[in-house]
Amino acid sequence: MAVPSFLARERIIARPGFNRWLIPPAALAVHLCIGQAYATSVYKAALVADFDSSLTAIGITFSIAIVMLGLSAAVFGTWVDRNGPRAAMFTAACFWSVGFLVGAAGIATDQLWLLYLGYGVIGGIGLGIGYISPVSTLIKWFPDRPGLATGMAIMGFGGGALIASPLSKQLLSWYDTSGGDVASGTSVAWLFVTLGLIYLVFMMFGAFIIRVPADDWKPAGWDPTSVKQKALVTNASVSAGNAIKTPQFWLLWVALFCNVTAGIGILEQASPMIQDFFRDGASSAVTAATAAGFVGLLSLFNMGGRFAWSTTSDYIGRKPIYMVYLGVGLVLYVLLATVGSSATWLFVVLAALIISFYGGGFATAPAYLRDLFGTYQVGAIHGRLLTAWSAAGVAGPLIVNGVLDSRGTPGELVAGDYRPALFIMVGLLAVGFVANLLIKPVASKWHEPKAGASLTHSTPEASTAR
Amino acid sequence: MTESRQTTTPTGLIAFSWALVGIPLVYGLIQTIRTASSLFTG
Repeated sequence: MAVPSFLARERIIARPGFNRWLIPPAALAVHLCIGQAYATSVYKAALVADFDSSLTAIGITFSIAIVMLGLSAAVFGTWVDRNGPRAAMFTAACFWSVGFLVGAAGIATDQLWLLYLGYGVIGGIGLGIGYISPVSTLIKWFPDRPGLATGMAIMGFGGGALIASPLSKQLLSWYDTSGGDVASGTSVAWLFVTLGLIYLVFMMFGAFIIRVPADDWKPAGWDPTSVKQKALVTNASVSAGNAIKTPQFWLLWVALFCNVTAGIGILEQASPMIQDFFRDGASSAVTAATAAGFVGLLSLFNMGGRFAWSTTSDYIGRKPIYMVYLGVGLVLYVLLATVGSSATWLFVVLAALIISFYGGGFATAPAYLRDLFGTYQVGAIHGRLLTAWSAAGVAGPLIVNGVLDSRGTPGELVAGDYRPALFIMVGLLAVGFVANLLIKPVASKWHEPKAGASLTHSTPEASTAR
Repeated sequence: MTESRQTTTPTGLIAFSWALVGIPLVYGLIQTIRTASSLFTG
């Protein structure tokens, strides 16, 4: 599928002397916008009231968006790699913005299916393309610090929720004239229109300042041979088509799936969970305001973990940092299940660390893929890996809600009721830990031939990719 | 070949770009820290 010339990769090749520090804000301009997906709780109750529906029915909108994120990242990953980041960001901006506008039409006309189609399907496609659009470009601009580079962008996804949540509350307070406890549907529709337009401008800004490095570009004073120092890091290239045939891809898929499922286990239930852990009879020692503070703190650790842990991986390596996420995460989960209810501060520290590992797992994944498969089609491979997120987005809440439903009714649950769910997460983290441990360098039969090498030297496996 | 010409990225553009993403991010951080502070105050 050809793109208009002003979006083409050839038009955005940076000239010598271009400053690469213009690239992270371009990436952040996209990720800060699509991170809104984690701030839907602000208007959830208003939508339930407006559609006279249930939390589950409204929650489906978010689930559709996350499933579409994974699917579109997987399906359009190769297109994104081929056409470059400007075309991808431009497309993501259009889908994300139109998703809000169609969703607003659905709210304004009381048609829930339009909300599903708009925010869920159309917006979800924008999420998927937007999420992967700057990743391979950042890795190419920062070959010396890929973890830092992808950590910065993917931190933006966590940061997007921090911005959208208070911004949405503020806008709703301006638009809502009903004076009720819950905002009116009309005010949410106007909120959607406003956010759609703001995000369109922001994401287009990112699309127009983004550049790709020339093929022979490298940072001043950086020696490419210095990359090949760790056992798992390759200088070779593996296509997306071949990457998914390797055990390494699927082992990393399992590791990411387990890490995300475990993190969602806490994120999904954060507010009621802290209250239930310190419940004595009908009342809890933790107030609703304190629980909201806990959710805010988790958001900060989710965002901070993305940057801090991914940057750390540049120094200690991707496999060791995943051993920390999964291995230390496992120990933290055991502590949470056994002694987490002994003190509020202990519960908060354990949960915050677990969530920082959850964010770190997302942010380190692209650099891990770069190490294993090279930069050749890392965006497309990353897109395929994100299906693990979609699967975890379904599995995590299913596990937690399934266990809690079998233990009692909300408002009456106590710490012990969470224990089975937490130990399931421990088991999942153990599986993820083993999967990560089994990751070895990718066999050379999957490598693309070096530039200039005769095609007759190409392996059948490599040939299938072209 | 125009691509091979030397260029310089204006410092103002870099500063503006970082401000454009940094200011909303700081706003979000401050608001979230305010919310999170209730964890320690009450």
